[in-house]
Amino acid sequence: MSIANILGVSASAMTAQTQRLSVVASNLANANSLTSSNGKPYRAHEVVFRTAPVAPQAQGVRVAGVVKSQAPMRRVYQPGNPLAGPKGYVKYPNVHVVDEMINMISASRSYKADANVANAAKALYLKTLTL
Amino acid sequence: MAPSLFDSAFSPLSQALRVRAERQQVLAGNIANADTPGYRARDVDFGAAMAAEMGGSSGALPLRRTSPRHLAGASGDNLAPFIGYRTGGTMGIDGNNVDLAREDTRFTSNALAYRADLSFLHGRIQGLKMAITGSGG
Repeated sequence: MSIANILGVSASAMTAQTQRLSVVASNLANANSLTSSNGKPYRAHEVVFRTAPVAPQAQGVRVAGVVKSQAPMRRVYQPGNPLAGPKGYVKYPNVHVVDEMINMISASRSYKADANVANAAKALYLKTLTL
Repeated sequence: MAPSLFDSAFSPLSQALRVRAERQQVLAGNIANADTPGYRARDVDFGAAMAAEMGGSSGALPLRRTSPRHLAGASGDNLAPFIGYRTGGTMGIDGNNVDLAREDTRFTSNALAYRADLSFLHGRIQGLKMAITGSGG
């Protein structure tokens, strides 16, 4: 039944937005991580969404993958830093805090819209059951 | 075969509910994919779908069965021919043209129409009950 599929659609969207939000959180937390597990500075991560059919004509969302940002690293002149290169520059992560904040606001707004959709679908379903 | 009393009593409303429910699902998909790159918003052509549901096939070609061994096909159960991509509006740089505010409004107004159909149907059922039992209960 179509109304029941809506719950599946909005649940998939909420899951995807939650993953996006957790990637934003990890980017913000590592905005100044000069070394990571591979010894290089942390690179900003981004999720890629893709349409995933829940049922025919019910288009949900899933996270197709997480890609690392290819933006250039931030270079800061800190000759005293033990990680500085020969010219005194230190490579900082390519995380842009303003971009991440915008991403966070967008994700939470979309999450709210999806939660609203799920709520409306639930109300319609219950109303149909009491016919 | 002549339609039964119940068929004619529920006639436009049950079809309308089905089309509304399908449209609700398509609009939910638009809201869910508001951030998916390359996604194009879709919608159900309510008028055309309704006309086809009521038998006046405008666009949908119902399969004619000349032998009982023919498959019934998916006609009457599939609104796919009436779902189209939304045109106009602004297309984002990622190829997504979902306008969240507009889709939300459409979703809400379609939900209201669904509820209205439900309450009309409820009224019909109450009327039939009254006719069957012969009392106001």
